[in-house]
Order: sequence, then C-alpha cells, then structure tokens
Amino acid sequence: MSSESLIEQNQNIDLLRFATAGSVDDGKSTLIGRLLYDSKSIFEDQLHTIKTFSRTHRNQEIDYSLVTDGLKSEREQGITIDVAYRFFSTPKRRFIIADTPGHEQYTRNMATGASNASLALILIDARNGVVTQTKRHSFISSLLGIRNFVIAVNKMDLVDYSQEVFESIVSEFNAFADKLADESVYYIPISALEGDNVIERSENMPWYKGSTLLDYLENVNVSGGRNLNDFRFPVQYVNWGGGDDFRGYCGTIASGVVHKGDKIRVLPSGKTSKVSRIVTYDGYLDYAFAPMAVTLCLEDDIDISRGDMIAKVDDLPAIAGSFEANIVWMDNTPMEIGKDYLIKHTTSMVKGNFEEVIHEFDPDDISMKSSKSLGLNSIGKVKVELKSPVFADIYSKNRVTGSFIVIDPHTNQTAAAGMVTKYKQVSPDKSCKSAKIRVISYPADKKEEAKAKYDRLSMHGTHCIYVDDDLLKETLRKGKPVDSDEYSEMIENLCKIVTQSGVSVVVCSDHFKS
Amino acid sequence: MTTTEESYHLSNLKTLEAESIGIIREVAAEFDNPVMLYSVGKDSSVMTHLAIKAFYPKKVPFPLLHIDTGYKFPEMYEFRDAYTKKNGLDLRIHRNEEALKRGVNPLSVGTVRCCAELKTKALLDALKEGGYDAAFGGARRDEEKSRAKERIYSFRDKHGQWNPKNQKPELWNLFNSKIDPGESIRVFPLSNWTELDIWTYIYHENIDIVPLYFAKERPVIEKNGQLIPVYTDEYEDEVKDVMCRFRTLGCHYCTGAVRSEADTLEKIIEEMMVARHSERITRVIDHDQDSSMEQKKREGYF
Repeated sequence: MSSESLIEQNQNIDLLRFATAGSVDDGKSTLIGRLLYDSKSIFEDQLHTIKTFSRTHRNQEIDYSLVTDGLKSEREQGITIDVAYRFFSTPKRRFIIADTPGHEQYTRNMATGASNASLALILIDARNGVVTQTKRHSFISSLLGIRNFVIAVNKMDLVDYSQEVFESIVSEFNAFADKLADESVYYIPISALEGDNVIERSENMPWYKGSTLLDYLENVNVSGGRNLNDFRFPVQYVNWGGGDDFRGYCGTIASGVVHKGDKIRVLPSGKTSKVSRIVTYDGYLDYAFAPMAVTLCLEDDIDISRGDMIAKVDDLPAIAGSFEANIVWMDNTPMEIGKDYLIKHTTSMVKGNFEEVIHEFDPDDISMKSSKSLGLNSIGKVKVELKSPVFADIYSKNRVTGSFIVIDPHTNQTAAAGMVTKYKQVSPDKSCKSAKIRVISYPADKKEEAKAKYDRLSMHGTHCIYVDDDLLKETLRKGKPVDSDEYSEMIENLCKIVTQSGVSVVVCSDHFKS
Repeated sequence: MTTTEESYHLSNLKTLEAESIGIIREVAAEFDNPVMLYSVGKDSSVMTHLAIKAFYPKKVPFPLLHIDTGYKFPEMYEFRDAYTKKNGLDLRIHRNEEALKRGVNPLSVGTVRCCAELKTKALLDALKEGGYDAAFGGARRDEEKSRAKERIYSFRDKHGQWNPKNQKPELWNLFNSKIDPGESIRVFPLSNWTELDIWTYIYHENIDIVPLYFAKERPVIEKNGQLIPVYTDEYEDEVKDVMCRFRTLGCHYCTGAVRSEADTLEKIIEEMMVARHSERITRVIDHDQDSSMEQKKREGYF
C-alpha cells in the first residue's frame, strides 16, 4: 500500500472513547496494561522501565498495572488515584481509554473519565461478585448517558474458570441493570493476568462462545449521544475589532446542523436574523454540524455576547429559570442548601442555589431515600434555582445543553456535575421576547405542521393552545358558515382573549385574517 | 435543502481539531491574560496553527512565549523567527540570562540542574513577569505516564506547582476557570492527540516544521546509545556523519537523533506506524531518575 493511502486509511478509521470502572483491586490497570501490551502499543523503552520496576519492586517479570499507574504515589501504593488516558489502535479502530480509579474516595475522578466516554468497561472480580462500587460506577456511567456496557468478569483463573460463577454474576448484575436506563450489556469472562479472552480466545473456558474483549471493542456499534436534530450554538467568543467590519460569533456546535441562509433566533434577546456566512480558516461552508468549531456571521447587526445562544427560529431550547437535575456531588464540603454557587452551563456562568434535595439515590439498588443534603460521592436529584436563566434542554435529549458543573465560589472547587431532567421556563414577565405571547397561524391544509408546532412550543414550556376549524365547528362556530366575516372575527376575538391571559395560540385555519 | 447529500461524519483528525479550537477559544474568552508557550517543535507548530484557525480571519489575540535556554539548535532559531513573522504572531522570548552568564550548561552542572535553571525557573519567572493567568502548552497525554494523568485545564498554585493528587474533576467540555489572584492554569489543547495524529495533521494541513525533523546526514557523536548532534567543540568523542533525524526537539546538548531515512512527511508517518520506541527516548533528561517528568511537573515544568 502506498504511504498516501496508508495515511488516508489511518485518518478515516473511527475513534472509540471508553472508560474502565469497577472496584479497587478488580484489576483494571492490569487489564489495560494487557490490552496495550498485547496490541503492541507499549514502546520498548517504556516496557524496559516497567520490567525493571516490576523485577525490583514487585518481584515478578512484568506487572501490567505499571503501564497506566503513572504517578509515583500510585506505583508506591499500588492503587490508581486519578484517571489516566491511554491510546491504542488496531487496524479496525482507534481507542482512547480513560482508566479510572476504583477507590470510593476517588469517585469524582471516575466521573471525569466517564463523562466523555461512549462505552463503559466494568470489571468485576469473579471471587467477589457484584459489589457496591461496581453498582455505583455503573449507575454514574448510566446517569452520564453511557448506554453501552461491557462487564468483564475478571480473575476467572482464581475461580477455576467456573461457568457457574460467571453465570451467577451475570444474573446478579442483570437484576441490577434492569433498574438503570435502557442499557445494552455484554458479559465476558476473562483473566487479565493470564490473558484469557482479552485478545486471544481462552482455552480454559470452552463453554464461553461470545466475543473476546478486543474483538467486541473493535466491532461494537456505539451511539455517541450526538443530537443532529436541534441546532444549538452557544456563543463562545465574539470575534471583531482590529479596524475592519468583520464580526463573527465563534463557538462549537452543541447539536444539530446549520446552513448558510438559515433563519435563526438569538437568546436571550429573542432577535432573529439569517446566517450570512459560516466562516472557517479552510473557507466558507454551506453547512456545519455538531461538534464542529466554526464562526457564524449574521445578516443583521444585533447585539450578541458570550453566553448567548443561537438556535433556529422554530426550535428553541428552554429559557430555564430553575430546573431539576441529577447531581453527582464531588467536593469534600457537602452541599449547602440556599448557598450561592456558580453554575457553568455551555458558555455561560450564572449564580444559582439548591432549593432542596428531592431524593438521594442508594447506589446499591437505586432506591430513593430522602436526604437534607448531598455529601462527597453521593448522587441525588435536586432542585436548582437560577439567578439568571440558562438556555437548556433535557440531558437525555442533548448532552451539551443538558449538562452543567457547580463551582463553589469560596474555594473554586468543582463541587458537582449535573444533568438536567426537567426545567421550568422563566415566567413571561422575566422571559425574553422569543417567548412573547403570540398568535401563530397556519393554512387549513397544514394541520400536521401546526400540531407539531404546538407540541414543540408546549414541550419547551410555552403556554399555548391549539385551534382549527374542525375543533371550532362543534363549539364556537355552531353552524355559522366558515366563509363569513363573522367567523373570522370570532377567531380573532378568541385569540385576543387568550393572548391577553399570557397564552399563545396556534391557529390552523384559512379564515384567520390578521 | 440538500439534506440527502450531506454527510455528518467528522474524521478523527477533524474531531480533534474542533476539540482543540474549542479549548483555545474558551481560554481566550475566560482569562484576562493568556499566553501560548511556543517551543518551536512540531507540537508547537500544530498548536499555533490551531490558534490561527480558531480566530481566523482575525489575528491570534494572545502572545507566544518562547522559553529560550540559549542552547537550541540554530535551525530552530531561524525557523522560529521566520514562522512567527510569516503568521503575524506576537512572539516574546525569555532567557535566564543570569544563569547563562554563570556558564550553566548540562556538561558543567548536569542535566537536572541545567533544566531546573534554564527551563523551569525561566518559565516560572517569565509567567510571573508577564502576569499571565493561563498558559497553553503543547503536551500530549500519550507522551509520558504522568502526562497521561493531566487535566486539560491544569491548576497551578501561586508557585506554579502541580498537585497531581488533588486535581479538579473535569467533566464533559465544561472547564472550571475560577482561580484566585496569583494562581494560574496550564492548558493542554493537544491532550487527546497522539504523535501519529500530529504527523498526519501536519501532512494534511501542510504545516511548516523545523527541517531537523527530516532525515539528512548530520555530524553526531554516539553516547549511551544516543546520537547526539555536534554543535559545540566541547566533545572529545569521535564525530561521524550519520543519516538521521530528530523525533523531538530540545537543546542540542540533550536531544538525541535517531537513525532514519525518512526525508519526507510520508516517510516519517510510515516510520511512525512501525515505531517501537517512544519519542521521549531521545530526551536525555527524562531518563535521569525514576518519575523525573512527574517531579519536574510538580516543580512547575510543563
């Protein structure tokens, strides 16, 4: 193969980011070390250092965990403290592994690793079965939106490669996984130390007919959680000045697709315009999509700053003044109800406070219990009240506009990670013009579109009603002909009354004049 | 609309590019006085290229800072001046002149002290003098074990030190930029790139790099299995001409070359794909002691 095509091929194979999790001593680092070693991803000089250390400090030929335990204190204590990122590739795929710590006190580092992963590889020690930390990590991974799980039942060599042991762990974990969101779970019995079913099929477990671990990772189809439907563009940086009249809005497309010429609305001002150019160093684009980093220029000169949100006119995020969210608390200092925290959401930073803990989750069985506050490593659902609104979606629909971090303003610590589950649109008087009460009319033959519009508005928390000729026929029209001025006037009056009470109207009729 | 013909697939390199541009813009937006460390090497070429892309068509809104030990290769100085001029970049240069006057070099004081004075101290002084609250570095997680543990926003205390046991959690692409006066962060926009990504990107984007990366016959001495280029008459060893190239660039005293025939980008990439040694093997300093990189990082080095 020519070098050009080799380069081309390398550039086009896709990337899988996965996180490893599990309890301490389940052998995560050993497994990663084994994957890297067997796939020939460890350089010889690194291997030399590892082998020397293994012989002098571990009294063994090679301790695979030394590959990933990069910190001195980790090697000394033989535990993983912080997430380590490792890279390896096979001809089929490239991988970035976030190798996360198992110790409960380092759970926040585990969440760090899992937040950008699309698959979780969970290790279980065959001798111990499913323990609390396995469940906690699985639950956090699931909350963070990971839908693909591989459960590697490790240290099978220490249970005589017993099929019964494996199967009882499978059913134990299955019972737990039923309580999570809709996950796909794949089980593999392995021995990281001996290499069984990691890359090579194990001769010790002929009863296992599934894929080896590497085989599975190379071929699994993961949904990255990317939303290509709803265009969201949090303005990150306004690029202007320097003597010319260029003014562009830089940002990373959080979700969806934007085309040159698209009608957009800017939040919170509610002003509308059209995309005049999509600027990149490599030239103007006709369209761009998530997660590209681009610069948008608009036809109209409107006041836009960092933290504003650009979306399509007919598909807006909620202007949330408060929300409910699942929270993983990560600070040593427990949550304080009512205290002002900083909330970083997309490119905006606002003040907010916790109104109450709705419930705390017990990671053992995901049951809910009442709680006054959340402490280090606890997970719960909370109510957050914001001092100024953010432009949000539900996390399960949109990972970027549905996530936020909480910063303690006294210590600057990242105190929590949050995922929006429900929001409350700010009340009409506080809200922006985009939520202005209005009448939206559609021709009579566009009933489907009109209904879809109504659904969308209500979903985003806008108070509105839907009317069409058929609905009015039995109620207000009462036999009057549709073509009469009287009927038109009646619809108009109806709209007037309804909008005066702060409710928008979607009208689907050819007889609505204004 | 032409939805049916549109593709929404972003290649591996384009994904990495977008992620890095996002990080660079975020820092420019959130910090008062950022600076980009510029070491003249290939990673610096890629990082500055990404900065240029991030703010196109405007100029990069922060300066570059070169911590110059005074012992870089002549080809590097030449390249540095031409590259920054060509791209309209605002270059600041800092040297520990006091130590250089004392004649500090690796032969006189050893590599560990030399690095501590000419690199770490020079860097900390320069960051302090400039009042920079955020400094971009081109380090990648695939380079070295302790770097694999680094966050993208890496917090440093008032003395520029790193505490690896107490790093802030970093979720999604939401970075915590809150620091107190006097504290600073180091930012690593290339964290998720591998050496191979860097080279393929240089190839695809036609990025200028120092010619030392390409194989050529060069005068070298062989020392502890390393090919050390000869830019001084202080060596007593036998000098020979060897076809070689550099995988990383540092000071000429401490940067070894590797035997190679790769004189084009295509050949370098091909060589990379079968490489059996990490690029840092040619850095004399990294092997000086166990955990030497972690130690240097704790003290304030990148």
